[in-house]
Amino acid sequence: MSGGVRHLYVHLPFCGHRCGYCDFVTVVGRRGQHERYVDALLTELELESGLLAPHLETVFLGGGTPTFTEPAALRRVLRRMPRADEVTVEANPETVTPALARMLRDEDVTRVSLGAQSFQPNLLAVLERHAGPEDVRRAFYHLRDAGFDNTSLDLIYGIPGQSAADLDADINEALTLAPEHLSCYELEAKRGTRFAHAHGAELARQGEAMEGYFEAVVGRLTAAGYRWYETANFCRAAEATGGRDLRSRHNLAYWLGRDYLGIGIGAVSTVAALRWRNTPRLTAYLAALAGGARPPREIEELSAEIRGRERVMLGLRLDEPFPVNGEEHLLDANALERLSQLGLVTRAGNELALSARGRVLGGGVTADLLA
Amino acid sequence: MEQDRIRNFSIIAHIDHGKSTLADRILELTDTVSGREMREQVLDSMELERERGITIKAQAVRVAWKGHQLNLIDTPGHVDFTYEVSRSLQACEGAVLVVDAAQGVEAQTVANAYLAIENDLELLPVVNKIDLPQADAEGAAHELAALIGGEAREVVRISAKTGQGVEAVLDAVIERVPPPSGAADAPPRALIFDSSYDQYRGVVAFVRVVDGSFRQGERLLAMAEGTRFEAEELGFLSPTMRATGTLEAGEVGYVITGLKDVSRLRVGDTLTSLERPAAEGLPGYKDVKPMVFAGLFPTDSDDYPDVRDALEKLKLNDAALLYEPESSQALGFGFRCGFLGLLHMEIVRERLEREFDLDLLVTAPNVAYRVLTKDGREVEVHNPAEMPSEIERVDEPYIRASIIVPKEYVGPVMELCNERRGRFDHMEYLSEQRAVLIYELPLAEVVVDFYDQLKSRTRGYASFDYDIVGFREGDLVRLDVLIAGEPVDALSLILHRASAYGRGRALVDKLREEIPRQLFDVPVQAAIGSRVVARETIKAKRKDVLAKCYGGDITRKRKLLERQKAGKRRMKQVGAVEVPQEAFLAVLNLDASK
Repeated sequence: MSGGVRHLYVHLPFCGHRCGYCDFVTVVGRRGQHERYVDALLTELELESGLLAPHLETVFLGGGTPTFTEPAALRRVLRRMPRADEVTVEANPETVTPALARMLRDEDVTRVSLGAQSFQPNLLAVLERHAGPEDVRRAFYHLRDAGFDNTSLDLIYGIPGQSAADLDADINEALTLAPEHLSCYELEAKRGTRFAHAHGAELARQGEAMEGYFEAVVGRLTAAGYRWYETANFCRAAEATGGRDLRSRHNLAYWLGRDYLGIGIGAVSTVAALRWRNTPRLTAYLAALAGGARPPREIEELSAEIRGRERVMLGLRLDEPFPVNGEEHLLDANALERLSQLGLVTRAGNELALSARGRVLGGGVTADLLA
Repeated sequence: MEQDRIRNFSIIAHIDHGKSTLADRILELTDTVSGREMREQVLDSMELERERGITIKAQAVRVAWKGHQLNLIDTPGHVDFTYEVSRSLQACEGAVLVVDAAQGVEAQTVANAYLAIENDLELLPVVNKIDLPQADAEGAAHELAALIGGEAREVVRISAKTGQGVEAVLDAVIERVPPPSGAADAPPRALIFDSSYDQYRGVVAFVRVVDGSFRQGERLLAMAEGTRFEAEELGFLSPTMRATGTLEAGEVGYVITGLKDVSRLRVGDTLTSLERPAAEGLPGYKDVKPMVFAGLFPTDSDDYPDVRDALEKLKLNDAALLYEPESSQALGFGFRCGFLGLLHMEIVRERLEREFDLDLLVTAPNVAYRVLTKDGREVEVHNPAEMPSEIERVDEPYIRASIIVPKEYVGPVMELCNERRGRFDHMEYLSEQRAVLIYELPLAEVVVDFYDQLKSRTRGYASFDYDIVGFREGDLVRLDVLIAGEPVDALSLILHRASAYGRGRALVDKLREEIPRQLFDVPVQAAIGSRVVARETIKAKRKDVLAKCYGGDITRKRKLLERQKAGKRRMKQVGAVEVPQEAFLAVLNLDASK
């Protein structure tokens, strides 16, 4: 029996090394285990296939560094994926060779998200990234040469030591490559990471100086013809691309509150009133699936109320107005009134929209707006 | 007993100079308390008193010594109870003035010695703790002689701890303290010098009979308050209650009244017989009014009824305590309480927390102001938020402060007093090393942080005492704090015009630190009327977003927002601004107690 989930996330946790700021579920090295992991992954996919719709809209291979996975193993994963309109693979610049780019293309990957982060060697060093600026550019051209016409670059700003001029330079470099899509994240020194330990104090000191970086990024990219379609995501505007919608369809599914299935260690699925997270432990995951059983999971029940609140939280990240659809109980009417007066939110009929400034303050605005 | 065989006296001493230990030795020596019954410091019965080493409520114990009846009247040990001390002293003819041989004369000794002299008491100077290795009995004796006049060699040297010299003290009491000299056959008059509340027997008055005698069952009248009641029982303490049926001229004892309200029988009032009334009461009755006010708020607003009940109970035994409901924008519902002074406030607060297990927030104290409005009304203001806007003049309470310091700290103390609008009265040297400075200061300048400052600027050496000398006009203004244009009632202050700018600046700076940045610019102002004296702007946040949010992050991000929202709910809304309670607390200089 087929379910209705149309979005599939596949976690490939392996990395060449772990960057200091990373708090994702990653596994360093372990080349010998890649094949076994893929076996387990495909077993899990098999077990959950009943949840998936006959035709998927999106598949997203994230990591870790999916392209660090042994090419044969990666190819095996791609081959076994259900067909989908959009298939994205995350890649690190140093892993992208012409051969890999071709392989991805051959296996019907439609979109690659390249973790550039920065073009400044000193800042890349702070981030503990192994690729240099040249690697980023080279990787990008390999993808272009292989025929990818939907490539995304990840940039990080707010790196310790990053001046406003450095940020400008990074944006210039990125714009020179003219990617279809850009994701720009402010660096967080997440608690417990090595990075927080080493740079937390420095980041706190620079906090005020870097406060304007977010607005600067938005300003530069929108001026360059990108659509700021989600808090941290930009794509070339449809006018410039002959009407192509270059938003990440997979991520849009999250922001629109759709159901999704996630497989692999640490992967999260949300289906109807349940959310579950697979064990982040590789051995436990492998052991369970080797025996044909589902991996250990943390399960969270989601009431209609919670899913409603999440829809508000996620929906307000987008540039399109949020359709309230009668769920007024999700909103704090007083806060709405107050925020409207401040020009941060507009309510027009069914639709709730944040102003540009409202979006820059989206976290606080949303916390306020939620009932 | 014949009056010439009665001696009524009290012991005056600075905290920890050994008053209670001396009292204990006296009880022991006179066989009033057997060794088995003896416990340290019998007279300080309340747990809190024992811990703080001070006596809050005076009591009187009768002992027998060499054919005489000696009544030892214990005085409250602190400035806030000056009036009670003075009533206790009025009940005596003499006082034993105790000074620690290692510490010498302290400010409280000076203040109480002056009180005793004002009450025409015979003073018996005693140096205590001569057994201590660091004792300087000679030095202390010289200081005492300098303080009260007389010769150092007349000072009795004792160790209350070991009992050495205590007999000599009792002998001196008989020899030097004059006997009472009331009119034994006149209509009865007795001075109420203390009262307490017993939950079974009602109000118990501690009295000194001046004239005539009182009998059990007699109908009595408290002359100033006009309260009538029956003397259910008469007797004395030894140290427990011993009923005698009568109290005669010159004697000290208790009267059980059956009254349920301690405020109907005030210290300083005169008891007389309803049948054989005296023509007039004894002199010196004063209705003591609280001078220091502060807001008491439960940390948890659900505790409000408990705080009310606890205050009601405390009030039963503490006529000077005033309270009325107060509601504050910042702190919710609580009570505006009036106290005699800072120690009284501390004691009430500690009793509420300790005996009633309440968690309280106490606002920075202010004093009572007497205000004459432009339209000729006179009002007493206990809360800055109630200060009328059209003011003709404002009077504030002043104190006379005695501060004793080693001479090298005279400069810093003068500096502090001058900063606090003090007026120098005079200075005396108690010895070559130590001086006593007498200053007049507005009480308002003393209630906040004065004592701590004094201690820190003199490395803890200063000792300080004061009494209220009256109300005087001050150039006082009300300083309001406005957040985003909205006045915040809880933060209004009354202060001297000269310090308005500095305080306004400090308040505004503190608020700017404490109020988190909002989604919009927030001006914070301090203003006198419409004139802004300080202003700061809390700049709006430039960004406030959760950087990434994908399928794996949703639960965590949702919880983050929910926490943020819950945090907002705990904040106080001033207009559109969310102000954390902590900001108010920091500004009010409150200390939240555990």
